[in-house]
Amino acid sequence: MTLWSVIGAGVAGLAVASELVSRGAKVQVFDPGGPPGPHGCSWWAGGMLAPWCEYENAEEPVLRLGQSAIEWWASRTHVHRCGTLVVANARDLPDLRRFARRTSSYSEVDRAKISELEPDLHGFGKGLYFDQEAHLDPRQSLLDLHRGLKDKGVEFHRKLAPAQLENAIDCRGFHAREYLHDLRGVKGEMLVVRCPDVTLNRPVRLLHPRMPLYIVPRGEGIYMLGATMIESEDSSRITARSMLELLSAAYALNPAFGEAEVLEIGVDLRPAFPDNLPRIRRLGRTIYANGLYRHGYLLAPALAQGVADLALENKHSEMVDEDRA
Amino acid sequence: MKSFYGVDLPNPLMLGTAQYPSPAVLEQAFRDSGAGVATVSLRRESGAGQTFWQMIRDLGVLVLPNTAGCHTVKEAVTTAHMAREVFETKWIKLELIGHTDSLQPDVFQLVEAARILTEDGFEVFPYTTDDLIVGERLLEAGCEVLMPWGAPIGSGRGLNNEYALRAMRAEFPDVSLVIDAGIGLPSHAARAMELGYDAVLLNTAVARAGDPALMAKAMMRAVEAGQLAHQADPIEARDMAEPSTPVVGKAFLS
Repeated sequence: MTLWSVIGAGVAGLAVASELVSRGAKVQVFDPGGPPGPHGCSWWAGGMLAPWCEYENAEEPVLRLGQSAIEWWASRTHVHRCGTLVVANARDLPDLRRFARRTSSYSEVDRAKISELEPDLHGFGKGLYFDQEAHLDPRQSLLDLHRGLKDKGVEFHRKLAPAQLENAIDCRGFHAREYLHDLRGVKGEMLVVRCPDVTLNRPVRLLHPRMPLYIVPRGEGIYMLGATMIESEDSSRITARSMLELLSAAYALNPAFGEAEVLEIGVDLRPAFPDNLPRIRRLGRTIYANGLYRHGYLLAPALAQGVADLALENKHSEMVDEDRA
Repeated sequence: MKSFYGVDLPNPLMLGTAQYPSPAVLEQAFRDSGAGVATVSLRRESGAGQTFWQMIRDLGVLVLPNTAGCHTVKEAVTTAHMAREVFETKWIKLELIGHTDSLQPDVFQLVEAARILTEDGFEVFPYTTDDLIVGERLLEAGCEVLMPWGAPIGSGRGLNNEYALRAMRAEFPDVSLVIDAGIGLPSHAARAMELGYDAVLLNTAVARAGDPALMAKAMMRAVEAGQLAHQADPIEARDMAEPSTPVVGKAFLS
């Protein structure tokens, strides 16, 4: 039986390993960083399973392929199915109308409905409620995938994959760049804050022409604020401007965020191809699965299915754009 | 069409490169429209946007780097120097923001920065208001192009003060003038060209449209239509009908 070697234990690698194992394949995983942790960019994700909202600024496959992600994850980790609420300040209502025009599967909500959904949101007279959307805790999800794989006998090697590996699947994100000439990094900055004074039940997006913010509840008063999108490949620092923008957007959502404790600052690079859609490429003995961009959790299941189709059945899903085996 | 510091543009459309859904869409917008100039921001993330900048170079069009997001002369001058190194061009679109909400240019600092940069060998494209005296000061500072706003950046309101823009055209008949900012629709862009402007620079109207490449194409047709109309010497509007076929001699009794 073929032994598949997945390289990289971020959301792409773990999802690929999980999909392969669920189809009966034998898998081992290499990652010098060890089990899921802050060394991978998926550690810093929002964890929103929001294909309808994301479609506002993405290509059609994000909407279509993203919809199956919720069930895929629900069979492997805890998924919160509470929908997404999108709001805008009165002066930015044109942005809300544009968002509504470009998306679907939402209901328009007024002040009363907004405060029924989220009693701690004041001052928003209009919003959009995407009730089919979901979110998960990205870190818990990675740990759940990792544990699930170990339980099924998958070996994790805390080291670099040996060169000239047969049947390798490279899921290293931006680190695979030397093999993927058109891959780039898109910088993202995020904050984790504790603010027990505010209760939010679901991800909330605040539209703003310059800096759209989302805030994802992690439970127990902890919130993730995200995220900047900057065409830069420097992941060494967060700028004061980004932090100001993230925090002032949260403050605009509810001034009580002014009292929040800043727990974590995250900066990393999203791996992306020119159309910001993921790709699967077979070059020689290695399959590359990469380019999840800002849709790590949303599109990892579809990416993993595409890799498994190629590896196990030699079937080309739409994500396969080059096959030079 | 007037030249821009000795460079003849292939057409009067300049497109920004921010806010597109993806670099692939951005490239398609340039390809489908044929826009000849790309503006690109250097302010954010000094030095680390290499891959993206390379994509802009690969568009194969003239690159006009900008100082978007700068609030002081010092920031703008530093950014301009970086732009010159990165894109190997003397061109710089000088943007000095004075007001957070309207992103209105700070014209006082603008004139100062324009003088410093011109003396340093830059060819400055200043983003300014429609104020004639500011325009004059910018020309004195060495600018050979002026880029008055149509409306606040990203507002899509079109030409807010057509009277002032008309006056500006009349005041500076030999200067290359570009409407920069505020364009929302092709009709706005066409109008700018009908007024005799030499080019239009826009970003949000294309990048944030549902189909950016299609809108870019629409904008190109609009600026070309406006330009042709201006060259064709349009008729004056009048209050009463002027029949296009003569009435005299027609049988009017039946």
